[in-house]
Amino acid sequence: MSNFSYGLVITVIGMGGTVVSLWLITLVVDLLKRAFPYRESEEKERKEVV
Amino acid sequence: MLDLIQIGLGSLALGLKALTVQNVIMIAVGCGLLYLGISKDYEPLLLVPIGFGAVLVNIPLAELMGEEGLLRHFYDFGVITEIFPCLIFIGIGAMTDFTPLLENPRILLLGAAGQFGIFLTLLLALLLGFNLMDSIAIGVIGACDGPTSIYVTSKYAPHLLGAVSVAAYSYMALVPLIQPPIMRMLTTDRERKIKMSYPEKSVSKALKIVFPLVVTVVTCLIAPMGTPLMGMLMLGNLMKESGVVSRLTKASENELANIVTLLLGLSIGATMEGAAFLKPQTLLILGLGFLAICLDTVAGVLFGKLMCFLTKGKVNPLIGAAGISAYPMAARVVQTEGRRYDSSNWLLMHAMGANTGGQVGSIMAAAIMLSVLKGLGLG
Repeated sequence: MSNFSYGLVITVIGMGGTVVSLWLITLVVDLLKRAFPYRESEEKERKEVV
Repeated sequence: MLDLIQIGLGSLALGLKALTVQNVIMIAVGCGLLYLGISKDYEPLLLVPIGFGAVLVNIPLAELMGEEGLLRHFYDFGVITEIFPCLIFIGIGAMTDFTPLLENPRILLLGAAGQFGIFLTLLLALLLGFNLMDSIAIGVIGACDGPTSIYVTSKYAPHLLGAVSVAAYSYMALVPLIQPPIMRMLTTDRERKIKMSYPEKSVSKALKIVFPLVVTVVTCLIAPMGTPLMGMLMLGNLMKESGVVSRLTKASENELANIVTLLLGLSIGATMEGAAFLKPQTLLILGLGFLAICLDTVAGVLFGKLMCFLTKGKVNPLIGAAGISAYPMAARVVQTEGRRYDSSNWLLMHAMGANTGGQVGSIMAAAIMLSVLKGLGLG
């Protein structure tokens, strides 16, 4: 396999893999937002502490 | 007696006699970097130690990069072992606020598009005759992320460390000059004036604490070779968000980051010895690095345009330019450009979200490259 072929493999998997990984993280964050929703009381507590 | 005096005096001129044209040029380059850092305020924290390191290493007979030289000890301890870039990431994590990203997670995808320049430059470097490992090191300049560039280059192409790190840090400093013309060229007046809404709900503290942990597990399972970088970035962020180790957080973002930045800068400058640095290849690497950052910006803005189209005009494509890792410079550039066309347009928080996405994206892109290389039996 030539250097350029290796480069192409790394490029295709690298670009695709980066997009898919970050897309997965967005899905995970969406799930986490449901699991740990923001509550108004939290903000009030924070303001009181400040 | 007179002979001895002559020999003694002659020894004082040995350094001057050994001075080569290459040394003189590199001392001038070092002074140029110092000038940029001190007078122009371009990344002074890095350009000052790098510039001074370049001056020191080009003083003949001082042997600072010799087997027992001072700079050799710094270099061997921190760069060869990859300790410095990892420690820097703890500091960066402790300074980074992922809230804008967590408020609008879709923006994270811009951080992926902002890394395409890495891979396109890798291919171009291969076409220009560089070998695979050198091409990877050159491509990673496009991560626009100094520690990641140094980590990858010290692993696979340590002989290019000087050129790659100087390119990475210089272009990071030049982001405010490089990006705006590309952003203007690729967007219409109407697109640049798009105002993006801010979500009313905020992000819970629990989410901010869980986020670094989850990102570490997910990304490191996909690309384990990036664990030292992602792990340290997220450790710094977890310490910050947990709020229970404020001493460690402060030490990470101040003392640790400052000391490591100083030693890392000197070590990089130490790789700029005239005979090794002054080659046509170095100019080519600087040119390719510039191209990589331009391509990142192009890909980011084009992806922003795609998001604008898919959301029916709710995303301002300019924020795509912030999908690189130069934090927070790229986000500031987006804010400035947005306000240039509509002074009431505030894109900063959205751009910050894309910019933190760029930080995660650059590490992820490097981690995937390293893992694929290992998988192919080349790493």
